[in-house]
Amino acid sequence: MAEKDVIIGLEVHVQLNKLNSKLFCGCSTDYHDSPPNTHTCPVCLGLPGTLPVVNRRAVEYAIRVALALNCEIQGETLFYRKNYYYPDLPKAFQITQYDFPLGLGGHILIRGEDGEEKNIRITRVHMEEDPGRLVHAGTIDRAKYTMVDYNRCGMPLLEVVTEPDLRSPKEARSFLDKLRNILEYLEVFDGDLEGAMRIDSNISLVGGERAEVKNISSHKGVEKALAYEITRQRSARRRGVAQVQETRHYDELRGITVTIRTKEEAHDYRYFPEPDLVPMRIADWVPRVRAELPELPDAKRERFVAEYGIADDHAKSLTSEIRVANFYEDVARRSPPRLAAVWIADVLKGELNYRDVAVDGFRTDHMVEILDMIGKGKITEKGAVEVIRTILDQGGDPAAVVAARGLARAEDDAVLEAVRAAVEECGQAVADYRAGNEKAINFIVGMVMKKTRGRADPGEANRLVKEALDGRGGA
Amino acid sequence: MLRELKERLGAGASAEEMVSALFSKIKKSKLNAYSNLSEDSALERAREFDKTPWTGLLAGVPIAIKSSISTEGIETNCSSRILSGYIPPYDATVIERLKGEGAIIVGKTNMDEFAMGTSTETSYFGPTRNPWDLDRVPGGSSGGSAAAVAAGEAPCALGSDTGGSIRCPASFCGIVGLKPTYGIVSRYGLVSYANSLEQIGPLTLSVEDAALVMEVIAGHDPKDSTSVKSDGGYLSGLNEGVQGLVCGVPKEYFGEGVDPEVEKAVWGAISRLEELGASWREISLPHTRYALAAYYIIAMSEASSNLARFDGLRYGLRLGADQDWHSTFSEIRAAGFGPEVKRRILLGTYALSAGYYGRYYLKALKVRTLIKQDFERALSAGGADVLVTPTMPFPAFKIGERIEDPLSLYMADVFTVPINLAGVPAISIPCGFAEGLPIGLQIIGRHFDEASVLRAARAYEEATPYHETVPKEVV
Repeated sequence: MAEKDVIIGLEVHVQLNKLNSKLFCGCSTDYHDSPPNTHTCPVCLGLPGTLPVVNRRAVEYAIRVALALNCEIQGETLFYRKNYYYPDLPKAFQITQYDFPLGLGGHILIRGEDGEEKNIRITRVHMEEDPGRLVHAGTIDRAKYTMVDYNRCGMPLLEVVTEPDLRSPKEARSFLDKLRNILEYLEVFDGDLEGAMRIDSNISLVGGERAEVKNISSHKGVEKALAYEITRQRSARRRGVAQVQETRHYDELRGITVTIRTKEEAHDYRYFPEPDLVPMRIADWVPRVRAELPELPDAKRERFVAEYGIADDHAKSLTSEIRVANFYEDVARRSPPRLAAVWIADVLKGELNYRDVAVDGFRTDHMVEILDMIGKGKITEKGAVEVIRTILDQGGDPAAVVAARGLARAEDDAVLEAVRAAVEECGQAVADYRAGNEKAINFIVGMVMKKTRGRADPGEANRLVKEALDGRGGA
Repeated sequence: MLRELKERLGAGASAEEMVSALFSKIKKSKLNAYSNLSEDSALERAREFDKTPWTGLLAGVPIAIKSSISTEGIETNCSSRILSGYIPPYDATVIERLKGEGAIIVGKTNMDEFAMGTSTETSYFGPTRNPWDLDRVPGGSSGGSAAAVAAGEAPCALGSDTGGSIRCPASFCGIVGLKPTYGIVSRYGLVSYANSLEQIGPLTLSVEDAALVMEVIAGHDPKDSTSVKSDGGYLSGLNEGVQGLVCGVPKEYFGEGVDPEVEKAVWGAISRLEELGASWREISLPHTRYALAAYYIIAMSEASSNLARFDGLRYGLRLGADQDWHSTFSEIRAAGFGPEVKRRILLGTYALSAGYYGRYYLKALKVRTLIKQDFERALSAGGADVLVTPTMPFPAFKIGERIEDPLSLYMADVFTVPINLAGVPAISIPCGFAEGLPIGLQIIGRHFDEASVLRAARAYEEATPYHETVPKEVV
């Protein structure tokens, strides 16, 4: 659905959750399975007198991302204080960037609404600290009380801001999928962790004011939230109600957005340079970080086509997730690359998606073994699909599954025996075939399949029957 | 003086007796120099020392700590109601270093609330009295530390100096107070008032004692990004004299508004330095008259952000039943802060607000750069080695005399704040009396050149009796 009148820009908050410690203190980032307020220290709790110290590795990761998003890295970068009162913010200011952010003016390619590749411009990439997490007893507008968990407080965040280049919820989703893909390629991000990616979105209809929708907590939720907001703005417009510039909160449980504040109530964050941190000259870091950048999705896709001779569609599908790409390369080194591409991109990925299982849930050794059996004609394609499904659902290894389910393609002798018997038994069909009715052969092949209980390859059976009837075989 | 104390301890004098004598003196005192004592832990540590004496630059030496410096397990309330009862779970870096060199912490000293004041009258716990005249202020904001040292209630103390808060009370109480170069002493654990201006420093009875404490507390701290490496050597060159030293005398620091007695004493000191082998020349610091305005804008702006965290949610003052977030924290802040703190938060908030930031804060930063350049020019190679000025324009004033007129109080800082804006080191040492009240001489040095400042101060001190004069009110 092309929605030419929809304008969407995103502010994506990405946790650099592969780092070991928080942005300004030594607390561990591995808090996801811990009780509340156990991953804290005087610094991230903002106790009086404490001072932040920048995690240099976090800056390096941020530069990595900014480079991968084709941003220009600023020579010197600064932290600012963004001042506001909120219980999840123990210092009552967030250390973030404002003027002189880390990266400016990037872009990435996504799959647009029309299926064509589309360039989305990145306004800026900057670093900031994550606030704590509020746990409301109920929904935000009805809760009787709220609890605060500071485990998340001080987690290194990147904010990636796009230009308003997106035209539909689907494009927004497509952008986020691509962003996530790049981040995982860079090994700075694990998208599976709770709260790893959170999105604020500016959305408007052409000619109308924009609403900022906050609290979209996953790249999957963005489509629903934006679709709701578009419908809401459209119906308001139909009723003659003008959209005002406002901030809205996405209520995931109810799937709706509710207004929080209008422009008149907007905060004055009183940004000023953080006096406890010194400006960082990062220009000198860039050459080294750039040299260490891993191969990114688009480059890997081109290389797969060139190196393995596979179709571009397959290459694109295989590189859309770093783990799948690595899986493919591992298999392709030990199997025919084209066959591997077809089976991984067209079959395995679908079966994994259907079960919501990551590719790690399947062993490359097994894939290699299955491809080997297909190549050697030991199992049929249908049998191979069944092996994959069985392993995913019940475990086991390919050889065992093939044996247990009787999927081994019948040995040649057995097939020949079946062909002989079938030709003998199907006198009428043989006569019809010889009289010129080519389709009669299908009946005989069916009989062969029945006799071999499906283990014969249908194409192979067809060939053998034909040979028997045409007198060139051993019948 | 600390040297004699250490010698006595080394010769077998009891630290426990010394410390308990201190506590009985403090308890009989009318000064209100301390806000809370750490009697049990101090006595226990003294007993341990007597049993198995340890070594260290301050082994067995009692020390008083300004209430804005965090001490693990000892209440650190910044003389504010909002932090009453707050016990830090960690030690400031300077405290770790003091303990590491064997010092014994006797208690926390009274101060202007959050170091905002020049008289120690803004303390929630009442004013501290000047040991030279109990009706007068001890200066501020480190008034408790200065009064305690002057009256023999502590052999030495730490204070902090944001715009004169060590030097002013040192001057009013007739003792030595050093504000080190910005960055030389770690601020980790110092409850921030104005981060970009303040430094922790010693208040002592002699220049040598100040140098000794500096040996302990100075040096790079990885927990403070604004701290730098210190070369130490504060004690080693102390007695090298002032032969050939060039003293700059800034003309802007004399004349209108300066008490004639003060001016006379400072000129007397300059003559004395000349007799000792130094020379002097008049210099100009042309932007001096903008310093107060720039200082108060920067300090208040930073303070408005630093003090925003005190919301009663995690520590400090709690009042009755909780209401919603905004009402709860507003009520706590309304009840917890005194009028001077509120005034500075409001002014600072205003100065950082959208639309005013450029007009006030940015402009103040530009003025700050000009002032810094004034000092760099005056103290450049071929210019003066140190600058000599009055510390305060007048001696200690009466309690209540100025507190209702904030502007006249701010004006008292006119010779101390430019030093913080420039970040250079400065010491105040006694140089005479006006009607029985001490007068302070300020010696200012180049960035990181504490050595010259201390050397000049030591030479002057050795040649004069003022530092040995003890207030008669307290014997």
